[in-house]
Amino acid sequence: MITRLGRWIGKHLMLTLGILVLVYMYIPNMIVALMSFNDSSQSRNLYQFQSFTWDNWLNPCEPQGMCESLRVSISIGLLATLVATAIGTLAAFALVRHRFEGRSTANLMIFLPMATPEIVMGSSLLALFVAAGFGGQLGFWTILIAHIMFCISFVVVTVRSRLAGLDSNLEKAAMDLYANEWQTFWRITFPLVFPGILSAALLAFSLSFDDFIITNLNSGTTVTFPMFVWGAAQRGVPMQVNVIGTLMFILALAIVIGGEVAARRRAKGKAAAL
Amino acid sequence: MSLADQARGDLKLTGLHKRYPNGFVAVESLDLVIPQGSFFALLGPSGCGKTTTLRMVAGLEEATKGTIHIGDQDITYARPYKRPVNTVFQNYALFPHLTIAENVAFGPTRRGAKDPAKEVKEILALTELTEQAAKKPAQLSGGQQQRVALARAIINRPDVLLLDEPLGALDLKLRRAMQIELKRIQEEVGLTFVHVTHDQEEAMTMADTVAVMNKGRIEQMGAPYDLYTNPQTTFVANFLGRSNLIKAKVLGREGTGADAVVKVDMHGTIATIKASKVHTDSDQGWVGIRPEKVLIQPEGQAIDAPGAALSGAVVVDASYIGVSTDYTLRMPWGQEITCFEQNTGRRGGLIPVGTKVDVSWRPEFAFLLDSSQDVEAGLEED
Amino acid sequence: MDSLQRVFGKNAAYWLIGPAALWLAVFFAFPMLSLLTTSLSDPAGSPITGYTLTWRVQNYIEVLGDYWPYMMRSLLYAGIATLLCLVLGYVLAYAIAFKAGRWKTVMLVLVIAPFFTSFLVRTLSWKLILADNGFIVNTLQTLHILGEDGRLLATPFAVIMGLTYNFLPFTILPLYTSLEKIDPKLNEAAADLYASPFQRFTKIVWPLSLPGVVGGTLLTFIPATGDYINASLLGSPNTQMVGNKIQQLFTTANDYPHAAALSVLLMAIIVGMVLVYVRRAGTEELL
Repeated sequence: MITRLGRWIGKHLMLTLGILVLVYMYIPNMIVALMSFNDSSQSRNLYQFQSFTWDNWLNPCEPQGMCESLRVSISIGLLATLVATAIGTLAAFALVRHRFEGRSTANLMIFLPMATPEIVMGSSLLALFVAAGFGGQLGFWTILIAHIMFCISFVVVTVRSRLAGLDSNLEKAAMDLYANEWQTFWRITFPLVFPGILSAALLAFSLSFDDFIITNLNSGTTVTFPMFVWGAAQRGVPMQVNVIGTLMFILALAIVIGGEVAARRRAKGKAAAL
Repeated sequence: MSLADQARGDLKLTGLHKRYPNGFVAVESLDLVIPQGSFFALLGPSGCGKTTTLRMVAGLEEATKGTIHIGDQDITYARPYKRPVNTVFQNYALFPHLTIAENVAFGPTRRGAKDPAKEVKEILALTELTEQAAKKPAQLSGGQQQRVALARAIINRPDVLLLDEPLGALDLKLRRAMQIELKRIQEEVGLTFVHVTHDQEEAMTMADTVAVMNKGRIEQMGAPYDLYTNPQTTFVANFLGRSNLIKAKVLGREGTGADAVVKVDMHGTIATIKASKVHTDSDQGWVGIRPEKVLIQPEGQAIDAPGAALSGAVVVDASYIGVSTDYTLRMPWGQEITCFEQNTGRRGGLIPVGTKVDVSWRPEFAFLLDSSQDVEAGLEED
Repeated sequence: MDSLQRVFGKNAAYWLIGPAALWLAVFFAFPMLSLLTTSLSDPAGSPITGYTLTWRVQNYIEVLGDYWPYMMRSLLYAGIATLLCLVLGYVLAYAIAFKAGRWKTVMLVLVIAPFFTSFLVRTLSWKLILADNGFIVNTLQTLHILGEDGRLLATPFAVIMGLTYNFLPFTILPLYTSLEKIDPKLNEAAADLYASPFQRFTKIVWPLSLPGVVGGTLLTFIPATGDYINASLLGSPNTQMVGNKIQQLFTTANDYPHAAALSVLLMAIIVGMVLVYVRRAGTEELL
């Protein structure tokens, strides 16, 4: 009896508990989705569901400045992702494929930003900008610089782990089969590392899009989406914020699922072509 | 124009030497000629330098000294993709993101072949992979992956095909089947195969010529039969199959020409050894005899062998294996020797442990090795 | 033998690492130095005119005197949240690694997906869940776990819960990476060698997952210590953390030298604790 119970626990209890933790992680997302349909016009209590409406979804840009802040966040996010992914990927190649002088210093430099509280990083950048005389010109570009800075480390770490798991015999095999260095890189190395680069980019975008602490210190008068939410939180958050939150969540899921489906279809299409 | 399109020839290694930056010498001044169209095996324990040699031929490792030629072409420092050499990697190194057909087409496409699709079709048929063409490597069994690796290499018709322990990842039964298949394909396409392995049985079944390597050098090279019946060093005697090595004093030479023999004294018993199987000049040596050549008979019964009989041995272990029985015998001077006896049914049972037996062998099967060599060389390393 | 080496020449490594190293040197390492000098500057100055370096060590003494309760509170809240994250995260990471079967990828995606709803928005929704007249508070009051006018919002509980919630994925991912590498056969071998399920966990799984445990807890503890968003949105003036103070000093008070001194202090304490922790866990190679 005892052993049977033990076996049952071993089999299902951990999974059940795990799913419960997952549910806990999703409570806020469910609330956000729910509140995106909340009609808040009748009540001053913004933290309670009043009645159902489509209005928030039909007029997402109604709150003043929100969609503008969204536009700023997306532009910064895309630019930061592009730059951080590019230079982070190069750095990952250097760290995995080369033994060079200063390699451990470089490793430390990559690691440190992840081990530094955001408030410290943000304030140090602010101190630098002020010391350099840019105190009055904080805005889009200073935010972008900061975002690229903290995204690089995460890109390097993500791409590095993918690259380290790559069997170097594959590249040797390609060269053995008459592929020169460029061909080996573009036909073997890059396609195999690409999923890592893609997830690094996705991570970079989400980090940039979501950042508040560092942005808030270095933004001047520029308002990103998280800063808009923060500002609104003091007065009362417009329900459209929940629309954006839900939309982003659905969009991200769609990208991930879409990517998976596309990869499978491509594999099938190739198979059919032969 | 790549070297691969030019005339073929023998693979010739001259004074090939590899020393790693940490000082370790993996290959020591190796001289070797592998005739075109032969199936050659480099056999040795791990760390003996066989894989390093292979990688230098493939261009994956740079030689410290010496040259590598194919025919008249010096390829010592050619980039791997400029060599008329292809490799079947140990773990196959199949490109996981490409289909089987794409993997196989990789080489021809890089070299700008006119109709890679047709070549791919032919080679997939030869390796019985036509059904798997559209699959990804991960969907294939170990044996199929092995054949893909082979197909991907031989489609390029290289002058030399290198096989780096290509069957190591397969189970025994599949390995035996693949050995025969590899041999068949080699005969069909007529390329030079250089096969690296630590499995002596595999090397002997497949190769025309086997080179036994140890510590960066070739200990002995020859046809499997010659290597097995006439090993020149204790390492080869022990690594290739098993040997009983018995200490002996060399008494002198008798006869001339093919009948020449050397007389030895093994702990009081006088025996003769063919001069062609004597590999020492000193007055001491190891008399070697393969366990299956050792004949035994309970004390007092006649032994069917013209050689001298050693008496006073005791059976200390008898392991029945079905096809044969392994006997361990303690000799009067304390040494244990092994005897494999075919179970022909003639004896009608096993010789019980504890029985006193006489031991003998036909003199032409014995060999004599240098006494300065380590009697245990090649034993542990397999 | 590397293909990139041939393309970029002998100094390939430096061309590759260069841009990232340069960016981090200019916008991470150098600002940290700048922060250090600012923390030793005369507070009589302004962000517009700049500050003069006077090696004023009093800045540190002053912020320590004024703000040490906030510092302690930060470390306490972050510590508790990290422990909670470890327990919850271990359960989920273990379930995904060993029990999820073919749902592995799906569950992993589900762990990361909430990230994409702005975390401020998600944190705000806890305000609704923990609200005074909300379902949870009402239930707890009915069950007499919470007093008649007991509340959850604006309490340390709310702040710690918010921290736990926000940083949970940071614990889960390193844990999962470590756990996933463990061969399930090791567990079977341990069982074969008479280990009970509990012993199998303490002797096999837990030690092998230590790199993930250390990595995950660091990735949780460090940002949680510096966080002020949860304290601001879910807490009260009595639950403010050191991050709140640094942020206020920088943005509201415009007192950069004291703000910088507090930042450096926070960083120093964290680095010190991390070093001791990593050494005791025997996982220095992670750094």
